Amino acid sequence: MAVQPAVRELSGAEMVIRALVDQNVDVVFGYPGGAVLPIYDALFKQNQLRHILVRHEQGAVHAAEGYARSSGKVGVVLVTSGPGATNAVTGLTDALMDSVPIVCLTGQVPTHLIGNDAFQEADTTGITRPCTKHNYLVKDVNDLARTLHEAFHVARTGRPGPVVVDLPKDVLFATGLYVAPDATPLRKSYRPQTKPEATRIAAAAQLIAVAKKPLFYGGGGLINSGPRACTLFTELARLTGFPVTLTLMGLGAYPASDKQYLGLVGMHGTFESNNAMHDCDLMINIGARFDDRVTGKIAAFAPHSRKIHVDIDPSSINKNVRVDLAIVGDCAEVLTALIAELKAQKYKPDAARIAPWWRQIETWRKRESLRYEKSDTIIKPQYAIERLYALTRDRDVFITTEVGQHQMWAAQLFKFEQPFHWMTSGGLGTMGYGLPAAMGVQLAHSDALVIDIAGEASILMNIQEMSTVCQYRLPVKVFILNNQYMGMVRQWQELLHGGRYSESYTAALPDFVRLAEAFGAVGLRAEKPADVDRVIKEMIAVDRPVIVDVQVDPKENCFPMIPSGAAHNEMLLGPSDRQSSGPVSEEGMVLV
Amino acid sequence: MAAPEAVEKHTMAVLVDNEPGVLARVIGLFSGRGYNIESLTVAETDPNNRLSRITIVTSGTPMIIEQIKAQLNRIVPVHGVHDLSEEGPFVERELALVKVTGSAESRAETLRLADIFHARVVDTTPESYVFEMTGSTEKLDAFISLMAPLGVVDISRTGVAAISRGAGKF
Repeated sequence: MAVQPAVRELSGAEMVIRALVDQNVDVVFGYPGGAVLPIYDALFKQNQLRHILVRHEQGAVHAAEGYARSSGKVGVVLVTSGPGATNAVTGLTDALMDSVPIVCLTGQVPTHLIGNDAFQEADTTGITRPCTKHNYLVKDVNDLARTLHEAFHVARTGRPGPVVVDLPKDVLFATGLYVAPDATPLRKSYRPQTKPEATRIAAAAQLIAVAKKPLFYGGGGLINSGPRACTLFTELARLTGFPVTLTLMGLGAYPASDKQYLGLVGMHGTFESNNAMHDCDLMINIGARFDDRVTGKIAAFAPHSRKIHVDIDPSSINKNVRVDLAIVGDCAEVLTALIAELKAQKYKPDAARIAPWWRQIETWRKRESLRYEKSDTIIKPQYAIERLYALTRDRDVFITTEVGQHQMWAAQLFKFEQPFHWMTSGGLGTMGYGLPAAMGVQLAHSDALVIDIAGEASILMNIQEMSTVCQYRLPVKVFILNNQYMGMVRQWQELLHGGRYSESYTAALPDFVRLAEAFGAVGLRAEKPADVDRVIKEMIAVDRPVIVDVQVDPKENCFPMIPSGAAHNEMLLGPSDRQSSGPVSEEGMVLV
Repeated sequence: MAAPEAVEKHTMAVLVDNEPGVLARVIGLFSGRGYNIESLTVAETDPNNRLSRITIVTSGTPMIIEQIKAQLNRIVPVHGVHDLSEEGPFVERELALVKVTGSAESRAETLRLADIFHARVVDTTPESYVFEMTGSTEKLDAFISLMAPLGVVDISRTGVAAISRGAGKF
């Protein structure tokens, strides 16, 4: 009997390739192993997908995160069973916390061996259930194509997140019929609400019309919603004339050079942002989730404000902070509706009504809370980042970071004018995120300048990915602010634990210049402030991967800072501010 | 600071796709986020559409209860969450199997008590009875505590099943 090409049976492994291609995937980050050999065999026989061989599965997931966050597409990971899957868990948790769309394919032992403690067997769906948006174990090849398409749909829609598809080896060898994405019915139980309720939009417009001390508080939801949401957010801010603050995940959603922008909010946010947050009478939260790094002490959080909260995830609403008006929907949809409503109401900004508020904000701004003591003998970490910003600002530059002091300085001092250019591990705070993420960003933007602003401790957590970067000739730059300490740990030990620097000093650091060379990259070092510009220029000029070891002041602390358990108007502005505010409360000590 | 909100008990009906792992997702949510489960029952109720109904009795402040519902709704195979305690009057029933042993003189008293509670004898031997008893959780508690001094050796309870009163769904 003649077989029609349209219904030709495919092997499970071939279906995986076909489904990825049909989902417009161009790059897969992965690492082979026994259980996924059939997929690697199918990869070998095709040329539509590019596979990037990482050096550790955690790196694969972070790379996919960097790719996804800088492009707005779904990042794809392919790992083997057992240790392949368990190594991916940190990355998956990171993607869940920061709402990054990832599809992670994991190999599994054949179905008849599941539960037998087979070689490289792990209960992958069990382990990843709490760290994914959803996960699947495919036991029948005829469910495979549908499941993969659904996985992509779930990962990218609603509040995005990581989805795991566990693939037993026998399913990859079995043959069945492939189903195209458009022939896959949408699941009835999964229908995220994207359009807001009209009555709530009208109520928001009314609050906006009467506010005297308003504040926009934008978050990562704007970035996830996409550039259109960020443009609309900017339009709404301009239309109203209200001040804007952004969370760590929201940087780039509003142009940092704009005069209405107050800077980062939260634990290491600016004085003007945090005081505006505390004193506002109307807080308009768009796509942020009242994270504890932003709210500080909940009982003292913006005590005199009415709060509007726009979020696509209903579970984010009233989770940490009770709000007055909740609007469930996609940021772009909500902002479109809200701008239309304001225009329909013939809304005119009343500059006089909010003028006293702006005058108050200007007095906070005059404190210049990001100022630091300059030095011409030792490199201040803030200076290094300022110079990095100044010397790269006219380029298409993408920044990733690791986690710690350097991350906060980067967030404070690097100015982002557009979304998708800032990739950092916000919710989970994963040291080792930045280098693999930069790899993923570079693959999505081959001609861009991609810089991982790193600390010397964090970078060692996924340093093996230098090998990947060199294999694929990705000209990623690693800019290490080397203070020899886990800086943020040391800072907390200084402020909260009597200066007992327990295990926060790294005694045997590698020579990063020679380490770079060992990997086949270029190594540079800055030891004095006068070196900084030279090494940055050299780093940019080299069309190869570079590690820059910037030896910075080991004692510098990151300010301003809201100490744990304190309110937004109780910030520490600098080292000399410490005595006046007294010791941190016992209640604050137990907070992270 | 405002006074802490009072803890309330809520009975919820959760409609889910009957697929592997769905119960683990629900239970994992409760343990992972530190919510309370007082009772949980599950069975397929709509075989044509492969839907199961999970009845959960939980407790928490109003803010926590709201979170529990929102978090349950976020699980991909969950079709809907109905807070029966909030949506109107509802009926709650639980079934218990209670095994009582005892000497000749206490056996008469055992049977008399069972009769008062309308418990059915589903197994009997010269030394023991097994009673089947249906009712609200409180009624079952009362029956078991009265039987205890007479020689209860084992109890098996199903947990609560609940449904709204009237013609409406759920």
